[in-house]
Formats: sequence, C-alpha cells, structure tokens
Amino acid sequence: MITLRNVHKSFGFQKVLDGLDLDIPEGKITAIIGPSGEGKSVLLKHLIGLLHPDSGQVQVDGESMVGVRRSQLNRIREKFGMLFQNVALFDSMTVYENVAFPLQEKTKLSKNEIRHLVLDALEDVGLKNIENKYPDELSGGMKKRVGLARAVVLNPKIILFDEPTTGLDPIIKRAIHQLIKDTHAKFGYTAVIVSHEIPEIFDVAQNVAMLYRGKILQQGSPEEIENSDHPAVRQFISGSLDGPIHMI
Amino acid sequence: MVQALGHITINSVRDLGKAGWFLLYSFYMIVRRPGSLVHILKQMRFIGTKSLFVIVLTAAFTGMVLGLQGYYTLAKFGSEGMLGVAVALSLIRELGPVLAALMVTGRAGSAITAEIGIMRISEQIDALETMALDPFKYLVTPKFIAAMISLPLLCAIFDVIGIYGGWLVGVKLLGVNPGAYFYEMEKSVVWRDVYSGFVKSFSFGVIIAWISCYKGYYAGHGAEGVSRATTEAVVLTSVLILVWDYFLTSVLL
Repeated sequence: MITLRNVHKSFGFQKVLDGLDLDIPEGKITAIIGPSGEGKSVLLKHLIGLLHPDSGQVQVDGESMVGVRRSQLNRIREKFGMLFQNVALFDSMTVYENVAFPLQEKTKLSKNEIRHLVLDALEDVGLKNIENKYPDELSGGMKKRVGLARAVVLNPKIILFDEPTTGLDPIIKRAIHQLIKDTHAKFGYTAVIVSHEIPEIFDVAQNVAMLYRGKILQQGSPEEIENSDHPAVRQFISGSLDGPIHMI
Repeated sequence: MVQALGHITINSVRDLGKAGWFLLYSFYMIVRRPGSLVHILKQMRFIGTKSLFVIVLTAAFTGMVLGLQGYYTLAKFGSEGMLGVAVALSLIRELGPVLAALMVTGRAGSAITAEIGIMRISEQIDALETMALDPFKYLVTPKFIAAMISLPLLCAIFDVIGIYGGWLVGVKLLGVNPGAYFYEMEKSVVWRDVYSGFVKSFSFGVIIAWISCYKGYYAGHGAEGVSRATTEAVVLTSVLILVWDYFLTSVLL
C-alpha cells in the first residue's frame, strides 16, 4: 500500500502538486487519469523517489520515502519496477542484455537460470527471436513490451506504468492493456498506470483516480468515475471543450 | 541589476557545491564500489587505447617543433649540446602532461559528456535508479579509474615519442651531436621531474573524468542540453587543466 499525504511540489513558480492525498491499494491496478500537463508523471516519480516532495509524506508499506538515506531509499525501491513513458531501455545493450541486466545485478542466479527467466519474460510479453536486436531497431510497441519484460523480470511487488500505450496503434494498445492484465493476474503485483486512454483504461483498472489542479479530484471504482457527477471529471471523460477545464 | 548579480552569484555557488559533492561522492564510490573490472577495462580501452594515435601524432610534432625552437635559441649561446635537456625537461615537466590531457579532453572527455548526457535525457539514468542501482557504479567510477590510470600512461608515451621527435630534428636534421643529446639529458633529468609529470597527469585524469561526467550527469533538456553540456565540459576541463597546472607547478617546482 502506498500513501501520499499533503504532498506539495513546485518547479520554479509553477505549482504542480498542491496538497495531494492519495491511497494506492495493494494488489490492485490503479489508474491515474487527468488532463495533460497536470503532473501525472511527476506524481508517479514521487512514488519511487525519483522526485521528492517540497513538503508532505510519501509512504510505501508504512515506510517513508521522504528525507531518508540513499540506502534506505534503495531498499524500498527493490519492491518496484517501472515502465517509463519513453521506455528508457539501455540503448547500448541488446534486448536480451536489457532484460537480463536487473537479474545480473540484483541476484546471484547462474547464467543458465538468467537465460531461462529472460526468455520466459520475453515470451510473456509475446516477443520471440529478437534477443539480439538493439532497442533502436525495434518499433514503439515492441520497445514497450521489452520495457514491460524488464519491469516484471524481478517479480516486483509494485509496478509503475507511465503512459504505457501513448503513441501506439489501437491493436497494440489493446495488446499492451491485455498484457498488463495478464501479468497482473499471474504475478498479483500492485500496479499504478498513468494513462490518457479513456475509456479503455476503465477495463484495465480496478481503481481510478483523477488528478486535477494538483489534487486528486475523485477516486473510486471505474464505474463510479464513469458515472461521476463532478463537472470536471465528466468533461474529461467525455472529452468536451465546455466545462471547468480550459484548454484553449 | 543587483538582483541579477545576486542570482548569478547564488547559482554559481550552488553549481560549485554540486560539482564538489559530485567529486567527493565519486571518490567515495571508488572506494566502496569501484564497479566491475569489465567496465573499467572497457573505459580504459576507450579513454586510453583509442587516444594513442592522436597522442603519438601530437607528441611527434611537439617534440619536433621543440627541437627546432630549442636549437634556434641554444645556438645563440653556442650550447646546442644542451638541446636534449631542453626538449626532455619541457616535455616531461610541462608539455607532456598538459598536451596529452588536452588531447584526451577533446577526444574522450566530450564523448563521455555526450554519452552520459544522452542517458540522462532519455531517462536511462532514472531507469537505473528505479532498479535500486547506483548510476555512479556503472557510469562514473569506471571512467574515473580508467582516466586516472590511462592519463599517466599516455603522458609517458607522449614524453618518449616527443623526445625522439626532438632527436629527429635536432640530431638528424640540424646536426647536433647524438651522444650529447642523450648524455646531457640523462645527466640533467632527475626523478623529481618525472614524478612531477606523473602527479600532473594523474590529477588531470581526475579533472577530465570529473568535469565530463558531472556535465553529462546534469545535462539540460533535449539535444540542445547535451550539446551545451558537451561544449561546457570541454571548455571548462581545458581551462581547469591549465589553471591547476600553474598551481601544481608552483608547488612541485
């Protein structure tokens, strides 16, 4: 369980998170939705300690992520896997080396065991015979799947997804969502997905939170959010230009 | 105006502190977790071996021009026989460490900044952090160790090639007595000279790794951020090498 309490974060004069409170339940898929530029990625980076709040608390399983020593932070981070918006594969390593890297560095498994785990993880995301390719030889959808394999290979308790389907075609989008559901069912991790995919994300997530103006506007089951009577939530879900959210 | 001045001052002090912390933490990590031998050897190949060609080339021409200039000056006092000493001392004490370091800065320092900078902007450094791995262990300490080992070796090669470059011009072209060239050199060059050149090139290795890694690690946004970081790294490293060289010389002399 991850809890955020009264989290504030500004960049220069721009307030991004403004007293945000959020509970992320264990073992469920939580989606964070909201207009672009509202700081959803910033929120996600707070969960894993890549960014630190100006004030407020972030706790993972009751342990604070704020103002702690690096060793403590790293110990908590071992619970996490993360899929970045632009995947962030190591571009001077092959696909195989990318997925094997966390295993080589964090475990004492033999080469053979690592090979099995890597090939299994790649198969889980539907990739075969691309182990020796480099990331820049792959399509966007393939990169995302390699990133997903790298994120799940250590079998973490929590996986963070930063817009896992942005910029992909509708079929691959559905495939990625299905993969998240499948791997979640298989490993039972806690997932946090930052997403713009309305309404598809409601099929994936079990818990949805909408971020707006630095706070969580509403949190609940997908049905609750879909049937929300909050004007900003309704406007965002329907994609309408009229309402409290001004884009132009 | 006053506000802007204050802003610049505060920012430069903060940058200085950040850079200082970066250097301290690098040394801490070198002691704690130096990284794998494979990484270090790879970096030594990149910083050291691949710089050999450019080092040999510049060393040869530096030695040759020292031969020419030295001969011209010494001939005025009728002491051409001292040419070997002049060439060797200039190279070992000064030009070898400095020029070798400047060449490595241009060749490897810029590449180090670009490599780390691109990893920063494409979130690969963040990816390492999320795996609870310290990026310094993979990106910074191997480069520090490699530079600290490679620079003195490159400097030694520079000195030897340079001395033979001076010999080529002085002895073969201008007719200085070959015996005098090497005999006087052996008589006048003392261990202290070699030692000071070694200390210099070792510390230049630290400067190159420090500034190149630091600038890349804190590169700004996008391609422009990386290109700016690379330029700044090369300029700052070169200036620092020359300034530090002055201080070291005044202490070691």
